[in-house]
Amino acid sequence: MELSEHIKTANVEDVTLRRPFHPALRGTLCVTSHHLLFSNRKDEASWQLLILLKNIDAIEKSVENLFGYPRAVGSSGTITIKCKDLLVLQLEIPGMEECLNIASSIEALSSLESVTEMYPFFYRPSHLTLLGPWGLSTTEQYYKQTERLWDRWRVSKVNSDYSVCPSYPSAVIVPREVDDDKLIRSARFRQGGRFPVLSYCHHSNGMVIMRSSQPLTGANKKRCKEDELLLQAVIDGSELGYIIDLRSAQQAQQARMTGGGFESKSCYRHWKRIHRHHERGKVVQESLIKLVEACSDLSHSVDRWLSKLENSKWLSHVHSALSTAGLVVECVERDGHSVLVHGSEGTDNTLLVSSLAQIILDPASRTVTGFLCLLEREWIQAGHPFQQRCAHSAYSHARLKQECPSFLLLLDCVWQVWRQFPLALEFSEALLLRLAQEVYASNYGTFLCNSEQERCAAGVKENTHCLFQSMLKPDIEEQYLNPLYEPTDLAIWPSVHPQSLQLWTGMFLRWTEYAQNMEEAREEVWSIVKEHRERV
Amino acid sequence: MSCTEVWWSEMEHIKMPKVENVRLVDRSSSRRTQVGTLYLTATHTIFVGKGSEDRSELWVLHSLVCNVLKHKASQSGYPLLIHCKNFQVIQFIIPQESDCHNVYISLSRLSRPEKYEELYCFSFNPNVDKAERGHSWDFLDLKAEYSRMGLPDKLWHVTAINREYRVCDTYPADLFVPKSVTLPVIIGSSKFRSRGRFPTLSYYCKENHATICRSSQPLSGFSARCLEDEQMLQAIMKSNPGSRFMYVVDTRPKLNAMANRAAGKGYENEDNYCNIKFQFIGIENIHVMRNSQQKLIEVSTLRSPSMGEFLTGLENSDWLRHIKSIMEAAVFISKAVAEEGVSVLVHCSDGWDRTAQVCSVASVLLDPYYRTLKGLMVLIEKDWISFGHKFSHRCGHLDGEAKEVSPVIDQFLECVWQLMKQFPCYFEYNEKFLISIHDHVYSCHYGNFICNSQKERKDLCIKEKTHSIWPHLWENKLDFTNPLFKPDQSQNQGLLRPRTAPYCFKYWRRLYNRFDRELHPRQSELDCLMTVKEETQQLEEELALYEQKLAVLDKERAKALYMQKGVLESKQTLWSLPLDTSLANTPQDYIGGFIGGAPNVFTLQQGERENAELCLFGDKPKSSDADNSDQESGVADFSSHSSGEESLPSEDSVKDPDSDETGPNRE
Repeated sequence: MELSEHIKTANVEDVTLRRPFHPALRGTLCVTSHHLLFSNRKDEASWQLLILLKNIDAIEKSVENLFGYPRAVGSSGTITIKCKDLLVLQLEIPGMEECLNIASSIEALSSLESVTEMYPFFYRPSHLTLLGPWGLSTTEQYYKQTERLWDRWRVSKVNSDYSVCPSYPSAVIVPREVDDDKLIRSARFRQGGRFPVLSYCHHSNGMVIMRSSQPLTGANKKRCKEDELLLQAVIDGSELGYIIDLRSAQQAQQARMTGGGFESKSCYRHWKRIHRHHERGKVVQESLIKLVEACSDLSHSVDRWLSKLENSKWLSHVHSALSTAGLVVECVERDGHSVLVHGSEGTDNTLLVSSLAQIILDPASRTVTGFLCLLEREWIQAGHPFQQRCAHSAYSHARLKQECPSFLLLLDCVWQVWRQFPLALEFSEALLLRLAQEVYASNYGTFLCNSEQERCAAGVKENTHCLFQSMLKPDIEEQYLNPLYEPTDLAIWPSVHPQSLQLWTGMFLRWTEYAQNMEEAREEVWSIVKEHRERV
Repeated sequence: MSCTEVWWSEMEHIKMPKVENVRLVDRSSSRRTQVGTLYLTATHTIFVGKGSEDRSELWVLHSLVCNVLKHKASQSGYPLLIHCKNFQVIQFIIPQESDCHNVYISLSRLSRPEKYEELYCFSFNPNVDKAERGHSWDFLDLKAEYSRMGLPDKLWHVTAINREYRVCDTYPADLFVPKSVTLPVIIGSSKFRSRGRFPTLSYYCKENHATICRSSQPLSGFSARCLEDEQMLQAIMKSNPGSRFMYVVDTRPKLNAMANRAAGKGYENEDNYCNIKFQFIGIENIHVMRNSQQKLIEVSTLRSPSMGEFLTGLENSDWLRHIKSIMEAAVFISKAVAEEGVSVLVHCSDGWDRTAQVCSVASVLLDPYYRTLKGLMVLIEKDWISFGHKFSHRCGHLDGEAKEVSPVIDQFLECVWQLMKQFPCYFEYNEKFLISIHDHVYSCHYGNFICNSQKERKDLCIKEKTHSIWPHLWENKLDFTNPLFKPDQSQNQGLLRPRTAPYCFKYWRRLYNRFDRELHPRQSELDCLMTVKEETQQLEEELALYEQKLAVLDKERAKALYMQKGVLESKQTLWSLPLDTSLANTPQDYIGGFIGGAPNVFTLQQGERENAELCLFGDKPKSSDADNSDQESGVADFSSHSSGEESLPSEDSVKDPDSDETGPNRE
């Protein structure tokens, strides 16, 4: 079925658009295969609003004259559009039939399942070309650039046809002394084949952060010699490593009943296991839904607001993620031990903790390029299932399947780090906000699919543009830079006291007047810094 | 009694002037302690750390001590907990029980002076002569403030009626009333108001002649009337020629106001007064506020609370709800004055707590002047000090009725802070300024906030015997300046229209957790911006200087010279690290402290790390403000230990999933 077949009414005149804190506008509404376009022509100036249909999370329609006669005089309908970037719009459409047609087009076209029908496959701006490499870096390039890895680590292509681990990239970094056969066996012993691979090697002491999924010890306490050897090779003779298990001890124990498990002390002698409970999946998604609901209800009292905020548990997830990342950094940087991080599948909280730890530890990941490379390495190549996790955002009434805002949680945590170290990150809040938007709906192919394997199969690299490349090229836009950036080589330990963590107002109160004053402050910071730069 | 006599009498209360081997415990981690000597003087408790190089000191003014508690003896000695009015909490552990008891007795007495003469401001003697002291009291001039507002004018003038404080002993001597009211009307009205606090002007908007007036509640009971009071309100309304009515705002909850009627007090009956619109705004009374802040302080001092515990505690304290209600009242009044051009009379019961809060917050919203450093000082001097906010009672300066204590001024400062958060570019001052004011309201270091009224201060010769805080704050204005302030824009904006949605009200961490340094951002955006701004200015001045000096030489050479110098300087000072950065590299408590059992490995590299930190950050800047350093430097100088000794939840400490290997289930 062609996409255009979903469109019964393509154009409606005299539509009224209502946005929060703006006067209502009248104009023309168009529906295309991928966009909703509202244009208002007044005098000479015209104003347009272009919304990717994929950005629409939910719509609500109300039509007057529901059972009456179509095209009755004065019949009209209102469509409320709730976007994944949390913007809420209202469209008043004259004509009931037109209204219903547009609503059904939006419903059908905003929930396309086939990747190749999505907009990134059609986005062809004149200033970008599809030739040339896609993405910022590959595992091989990363390895080549990181001299401290050359001695003890190697790039393995054991997964080049994605048969060992479907969610891993074709190349991974593993201890030099472990051969591919051992990796294959270790992969069989890990959920989804996600055997332990290198995530980060610390510049000052060579200690590493590894990540994997849970071992499949099961009820019978199975062992895997190769997996044990692999981890032994990681710590390479030093006396101790830490396994940070992102589940409570009880949950890890229960996982054995369903074939999962944990690394037992007796089999992994030199590894000490620490359990930290993290919520996952549906629970976190529901937190987001509750938080956004609390933020959009302006009527209630301070007390209701605080209890709703508390009840959403969103800040508790931020708290857990930052404190576990802090714990990992303590192990690596302060105590000089290597760490293995995993939860169950190793595709969500694992990536969250390992990437946060790198931001705290590694000055290189705090630059714009470094941060985007980190996201590419630790989220896109590492196989975070973006398509499943970001199918819906906070407004959708659709039954939750695999949605989970792990990536948004990461951005929130990074924002918290920036609040506490306003000089330490090269990028600004605007960059985080842009990413929060792009991950749900984008012109670019970067966040499509669930793994490198899927992206290859769909031809993402050949047929879409890369978001990160476009953000870095040719000059990084000023708005993505932190005017106060002053690099520091030190670890930036965030405070995780509840008093130190705040609601990310720039994100969750983005469309309120409250955010406008903050924008003014940001501009003032820039003008102070610019004035200074002119003088120097 | 002279100061020296007082000093000697206070020395009598000191049973133990010095205790050795006292441990000062860091609240965020019980293992970070300092051993040193504790001294009690007539004015301060002083702790001097024993560290060989880094001799840290902690000074606490007795007047800042809120209460002293003895805790159960522990292995290491006898703990003594000191809660301060600036929200600092200090824990000492004293080896001997008798010493601990003596310190406890002495401090309990010293922190609760019975006479004004015992307060620190009477013995505080900076090196200034009499003339200079007098000068310090002339720094602010309320007469000048009223003329800034455009008063007196053809409708308003100063009445001399209260010159001897005979009509109202809690009001200032000079008061503005409508020219049209006669002395008998004022006297009649004052007799019909609690404590004689008749309606008088607080703020005048010269653009549209609307005013904010203030008073206490009328003694209306269930049916009493007072013709003079009615005439008074009528005169106030008529002094705003453009308006046909005025608002009377009772800031109390309706129920409280009604209850007052039974005691012969109450509120205005709309039928008796011509053209008034009466409005209740439910701000709770001082007792509710005191309890609320107490709960807030408990939340802020919880040790390692979870996110949920903290938010629930914050909610249950109701504190932010109260702040919101004050803000909403101020928004109502400021809109009435600026947008409707209607005058407002504000009162509560006595007209010195809620009324002061609401009038002054409304003034901040209305008038950009109060958003400048000098303006805020003037506002506090006018609406709080001169109009008889009972500082001595509310701040508990003297030993007395605990029920009189209430954080009324704290709430005002917090409202201003909440506004600063919403409008980052519209205030000349920063939050350090508010915190410094808060500190000095309670410290009794200066005479400004002593006593309950102007009359009391006059009787006590405050101006002759103590010093004024304002010039001192003004001298340090660089520390208190908000780099984002845009004066031109602020003038244009006039009325601030804050949002009062619940999410706009935040927890004021910098005040309530002021001394818990690990809770605050490790790098300060404001400090950084200040440095940048200062440097820009400096470079500009230098350029001007060079150009002037070398006017004879050709311009190109001057420029080259300047460029050289500029670049050099900027390397030295740009982004000079602010105070708090010495903590940048301290790991936090990521464990939460509630899980026991620590693997020893985590303590091994402690020493090395600390050394590394010290080298990396270089010298810690010392606070230049001598007064602040009293309270701060001691704490600031403690080398911040990592939480290394803190427990990690080892797999042994939680229920070990491996345990079934040895347990009965083992197969």
